[in-house]
Amino acid sequence: MYPEGSPIADQRAPAGPIESRWDRRRFSARLVNPANRRNRSVIVVGTGLAGGAAAATLAELGYQVKSFCYQDSPRRAHSIAAQGGINAAKNYRNDGDSVHRLFYDTVKGGDFRSRESNVHRLAQISVEIIDQCVAQGVPFAREYGGLLDTRSFGGAQVSRTFYARGQTGQQLLLGAYQALERQISAGRVEMHPRTEMLDLIVVDDRARGIVVRDLVSGAVSTHFADAVVLATGGYGNVFHLSTNAKGCNTTAIWRAHRRGALFANPCFTQIHPTCIPISGDHQSKLTLMSESLRNDGRVWVPSNPLDSRAPNDIPETERDYFLERMYPSFGNLVPRDIASRAAKNISDEKRGVYLDFADAIERLGSLAVEQRYGNLFEMYQRITGDDPYKTPMRIYPAVHYTMGGLWVDYDLRSTIPGLYVIGEANFSDHGANRLGASALMQGLADGYFVLPGVIGDYLADAPFEALDDSHPVVADTVSEVRGRVKTLLAVNGDRTVESFHRELGRLMWDECGMERNEAGLRKALERIPELREEFWQRVKVPGTGEQLNQELEKAGRVADFFELAELMCVDALHRAESCGGHFRSESQTPDGEALRDDANYSYVAAWEYTGVGQPPVLHKEELVFEHVTPSTRSYS
Amino acid sequence: MKLTLRIWRQSGATGRLVDYALDDLSPDMSFLEALDVLNERLITSGQEPVAFDHDCREGICGMCGLMINGMAHGPEKATTACQLHLRHFRDGDVVTVEPWRAEPFPVVRDLVVDRSAFDRIVAAGGYISVPAGSAPDAHATPVPKPDADTAFEAAACIGCGACVAACPNGSGMLFTAAKATHLGVLPQGQPERYSRARDMVAEHDALGFGGCTNTGECTSACPKGIPLTTIARLNADLLRAHTTRSDR
Repeated sequence: MYPEGSPIADQRAPAGPIESRWDRRRFSARLVNPANRRNRSVIVVGTGLAGGAAAATLAELGYQVKSFCYQDSPRRAHSIAAQGGINAAKNYRNDGDSVHRLFYDTVKGGDFRSRESNVHRLAQISVEIIDQCVAQGVPFAREYGGLLDTRSFGGAQVSRTFYARGQTGQQLLLGAYQALERQISAGRVEMHPRTEMLDLIVVDDRARGIVVRDLVSGAVSTHFADAVVLATGGYGNVFHLSTNAKGCNTTAIWRAHRRGALFANPCFTQIHPTCIPISGDHQSKLTLMSESLRNDGRVWVPSNPLDSRAPNDIPETERDYFLERMYPSFGNLVPRDIASRAAKNISDEKRGVYLDFADAIERLGSLAVEQRYGNLFEMYQRITGDDPYKTPMRIYPAVHYTMGGLWVDYDLRSTIPGLYVIGEANFSDHGANRLGASALMQGLADGYFVLPGVIGDYLADAPFEALDDSHPVVADTVSEVRGRVKTLLAVNGDRTVESFHRELGRLMWDECGMERNEAGLRKALERIPELREEFWQRVKVPGTGEQLNQELEKAGRVADFFELAELMCVDALHRAESCGGHFRSESQTPDGEALRDDANYSYVAAWEYTGVGQPPVLHKEELVFEHVTPSTRSYS
Repeated sequence: MKLTLRIWRQSGATGRLVDYALDDLSPDMSFLEALDVLNERLITSGQEPVAFDHDCREGICGMCGLMINGMAHGPEKATTACQLHLRHFRDGDVVTVEPWRAEPFPVVRDLVVDRSAFDRIVAAGGYISVPAGSAPDAHATPVPKPDADTAFEAAACIGCGACVAACPNGSGMLFTAAKATHLGVLPQGQPERYSRARDMVAEHDALGFGGCTNTGECTSACPKGIPLTTIARLNADLLRAHTTRSDR
């Protein structure tokens, strides 16, 4: 199915005490003199928490920055939709939190499939992020004394999650966006909205630029720099229905993968337990209901699965609060992978499970509940027409986040020199399962602190040779992009992009979703190439390439999802263990929990591209645990 | 259910309204999902789909924006177009769908407009100058809860432009005031409070947005309920900016 290549390893994290590794790496990394920084240029693709923060910070340091996003404004990146909060080891609650505990919880929450050095650094930086965001004016929730409020999230027994009602992502992103706009105004960032990266330019083994399409005029052009940073988010939309924004896609990282960047753990997908269920065939996306709701909401199903009564008519004695029953010490606040699988095992897509606030309303009063979750309740009511103050919410798991992504070392550098990958686009910190409120933490850590702290080590060798479109490699890359656009328009078949996306998504959800097994994955691996072939024969993209053409944009993204989907299934098939969000039905404990196989799979699977439909080459990065001993995760 | 969508189609300098009859719609669909259904049909019958902006489809990114029956984001209060569901229409309704119309928001195609003028207002001063790494501890400055709540209420603006589309003057004052209020009531925002108000308003005016005459259409159309009092705050800050030393 795949050949195995040489192992890889992170070469950048210093050995020795984990507490001082980041300090020591920052010291060993070379610096660029402030006066020379203006002669070094960086391209940043994506303007979410990672990309927006990185572009602003690199510009503050004095580098020349070009920033790109497909949306009409950098403020719209999908980080904006994050609801619940951001973790930080501030220990303001005096409840036993510490950098080490956040580090420990994250490694354990990730089911021992992440790199200790990276996770420890993330926990250390978490405290600086809150300081930075407060100074920017992010309106976090506060208590009457004027100090910051926190709440609990899944997989933790301390209260370390800072939040801004149910709009934490929006508020953090506006902070980064405002910092970015300040640099745009100062002339240090050149901003390109409504511009999509369609390929990476690699010259003399260095990432030197990107090929983009102006989404309004359709013009294809090149941009060059000394380094390229991809902050283009996750690829959950490979499943068609997910909580991602409609435009979220894999194209930037997939194109970089095709140019040589290894893709790590592509099958590690997070299925979020509390989303609004599908209402019909017209469904275009799924909406998350924040994990914070599980602080006060209780999850239950009718004890009798055939019970068709309305939820309020089912008496207490005939309800099964299954999370509280199965996991008494964490109760409703078990990590996402555990809660999702439990919901799947006890119910199905049609029935869903109930998330009930009756107890909380009785205990706290509906005003207090409204203050905590008011906007989420309104959103639920707008979408479903039901009032959650009166009737329990009906929820079901949905695809939410991808832990996999391009492989990076401790400096967040991919296997292509000069190509950095930050935020959800990389694979680095969450192992096989991400804890709630940790995506915002990682995006901002990468963007504000990690990347700016080490990129100088690479840029110290710049500026590199000036390039233009006449360089043969550049000309080839541009002509490939143009050719692809032309081909998509030329097929002129009889099926819409949407119908292909829907079919691919359903296949992935069924065979590579919450539970995977060998037979299903093999079936998917047979079907995907057939469907991909059919796509290139039958897809219909109206209009031209020289205009705003949203179908053309979608077609290019779905074409890349087809290739990625195949790699995800190969990865899921090869990893014959269960870990975190990756549940192989062949590998489970007698009571149905994930059964990890550390003897055989304690590594990062980093895949090398060899051609469409060709078997990828597996490179293994062995994981070493010196500070947290891998154990069976227990939340019961 | 059945609806007739009367949609603005524009690919050059001018456009026109075109009727599309849709049956087989479900009341549980969102308004944008009805446009998806229409577009699927247009594509398979060899026509060009309707271009419209959208992304998160959960009411937070601010990318969608449609004039629905002459109302910004449609008839439901505090609801973006993507969160508007067909259950709020009657079977057989004729629904007119147009882009935002305002001089600083030129139409790009069909229902898509260019709102980059909003980014330029923020770039003119809608921030607190604090480079990464320079922040004191988050608890160094407590913020009274009422101030934090006022800041939050204003910060909830999603930058969709409904306020401009609804305003008879094409004014972007609610958007500008929301940012000035968000940052201006927090202790961190004090050093640049007055220059921020002055510079954002100057940019707002230069971009061709109209002046505010307190009609209140903006706050009524705002999907996030940004209150009109933010404009009063902005005016107070603006007055102060013009009556004190120029470096404030």
